[in-house]
Amino acid sequence: MSAVQNVIDVQGLTKKFGAKTVVDGFSMKVPKGSIYGFLGPNGSGKTTTIRMMCGLLRPDGGGGTALGFDIATQSHEIKARVGYMTQRFSLYEDLTVTENLTFVARLHEIEDAKGKVNAALQEYDLAPRANQLAGQLSGGWKQRMSLAAASLHEPELLLLDEPTAGVDPKARRDFWERIRDRADKGVSVLVSTHYMDEAVQCDFITFIAYGRKLIDAPAADIPKEVGLHTWRIEGAHLHEIYKQLTGAPGVDQVARFGSALHVSGRDEAALERAVAPFRGDHDVMQAKTGLEEAFIYLMGGAEDNFK
Amino acid sequence: MTPPLNSPPPKIHPLKNQRAFSWLRVKAVLAKEFIQMRRDRLTFAMMVGIPVAQLVLFGYAINTDPRHLPALVEMGDSGPATRALIHGMQNSGYFDMQGVVSHEGADEALASGSTMFVLAVPPNFEEKLLRGERPQLMLDTDGSDPVAAGAGAGALPGIVQQSLRPYVTPGDTPVETVVHRRYNPAGRTAVNIVPGLLGVILTMTMVLITAIAITRETERGTLEALLTSPAQPLEVMVGKITPYIAVGFIQTAVMLIGARFLFNVPFTGNPFAFLAAVSLFILVNLSIGFLFSTMARAQMQAMQMTIFVFLPSILLSGFMFPFQGMPVWAQAIGQSLPTTHFIRAVRAVMLKGAGLGDVWGNLWPLMAILTVVAALALRRYRRTLD
Repeated sequence: MSAVQNVIDVQGLTKKFGAKTVVDGFSMKVPKGSIYGFLGPNGSGKTTTIRMMCGLLRPDGGGGTALGFDIATQSHEIKARVGYMTQRFSLYEDLTVTENLTFVARLHEIEDAKGKVNAALQEYDLAPRANQLAGQLSGGWKQRMSLAAASLHEPELLLLDEPTAGVDPKARRDFWERIRDRADKGVSVLVSTHYMDEAVQCDFITFIAYGRKLIDAPAADIPKEVGLHTWRIEGAHLHEIYKQLTGAPGVDQVARFGSALHVSGRDEAALERAVAPFRGDHDVMQAKTGLEEAFIYLMGGAEDNFK
Repeated sequence: MTPPLNSPPPKIHPLKNQRAFSWLRVKAVLAKEFIQMRRDRLTFAMMVGIPVAQLVLFGYAINTDPRHLPALVEMGDSGPATRALIHGMQNSGYFDMQGVVSHEGADEALASGSTMFVLAVPPNFEEKLLRGERPQLMLDTDGSDPVAAGAGAGALPGIVQQSLRPYVTPGDTPVETVVHRRYNPAGRTAVNIVPGLLGVILTMTMVLITAIAITRETERGTLEALLTSPAQPLEVMVGKITPYIAVGFIQTAVMLIGARFLFNVPFTGNPFAFLAAVSLFILVNLSIGFLFSTMARAQMQAMQMTIFVFLPSILLSGFMFPFQGMPVWAQAIGQSLPTTHFIRAVRAVMLKGAGLGDVWGNLWPLMAILTVVAALALRRYRRTLD
């Protein structure tokens, strides 16, 4: 598959469920070997898009390729070469870790299934839990086992649908190290997430809301692309200031970040005038616009076509 | 830097005693329960549909004193007395006199189940009757269904007495009536019920187990993983269903052994005919279960759907009540149930010594049902995620 430059190359994907358009004209190119972040709020169509990309759902419009295979007609080829980790835990809770992995290995008709399963148990540190029922594992371990299962047949592309939802921070870090391991071995990864600390680890990010793509760029360029300037205000009575600044001239968005307010706007001068009155009593300083401000801003401008 | 803490601590709202029993809270739960009940259409259908269906079935369809059962006559004598007798039987409502039959034809008709009774009128019946020689009337009944046969057999002496009154002196017993129960001389109901029970138990477990086993995968999200694997739908279906075929055969074996040693039910027919019927029937039920699993979103729903097949299978298949005693519309429903055909085939093989050719009439409907249901199930299964 070395000839393929983009492991995913889709244009104009559209999916309707009844009268609802869940995905609307979605296009995307995932370069080989990259970690591609797929962001968007709940119900924005991420899962549906991923399902269309691996041929599980038939698009109502648009099309394209995954690993060079047509997503509409060659889903069997795609399934054999893609590792898909579903949003919901989709292995058998009443089977042990080893039994689950062996089942998956056999479904993929892997040669030396036993050896591969043992290797995966070692690689993912699952060996001490090999004979535990999957249902008794904690969330983090379940996800680790799912990643091991999705990687057993050595796929060239991993589709990970919110793999770290509901997992504690340490387990999330561990999990991302595993993703990096796969990427270092040349595997391309498309991963959907809600966590900004995970998003910044991606090479590219695409943001989808209400079924439409809002932005698609290298992760580092996103704040610049959005064109926001941000000031940070720390001090007392932030809630009052929040109310005063919301909707003020030059202010496009006020968001609370821990013990500070981030005030953002596209008009640099107007924004500075808006925050100036608070300089006396508060710490007011210019800040770098982060991914999170950028996405909250994008979300605010997104049209809600589910109404 | 922190906001001043001059606001008073929050007070618990001095409403009513929170611990006292509150009708308001009961009403909240009540209202929620009704909303859910209305949304869950299958449960609603069960709550309303099943009582109505049962009422109609028990009120109209099910008749434990079945009437108009098919009967044939071996005419050794065709004089006016015989004709009076046949008219009397027809008018009694118990029998549906369908025609005349030879001695050999009578055996065949009883074995195939196309008739329930054969009345043998001896030669010179009228002559002997008039001479007061008490001729013998023989009623052969299909004893494999003792309840249905019993009603007609019990009514026969009275009918004879009444219809022959013009030919004899009152007060006499002019004729000796002999009832000959074929296939089940002792009239034991166990002999009839055990083969039927096999049908009912296979229906219940095969449909339910398959429907639940597959719905469980949908419910727990594991079906999605199966679908993303290279496994084809047909491979998954065959892999999932095969273990339950084995379960079905084990159940059959257990039932057969129990029937033989606990209830002394004979097995007189062709084992291959039996095997063919059982195999077909298991497949039909598994495909019904599979079809349900493609429609149900939860295991509970799959169970409810099973009940909609299970109840008519008990009530309208001839298992619990004689098939011929049901009105035509109920018989039509019964004919579309696989259990009906299976029970007939098994009774014929076990009790009447039938072979493959004899039960063909019950096997092809099973094949037809299997084809339709399996095609539907496969079509629906392909669209599981869409």
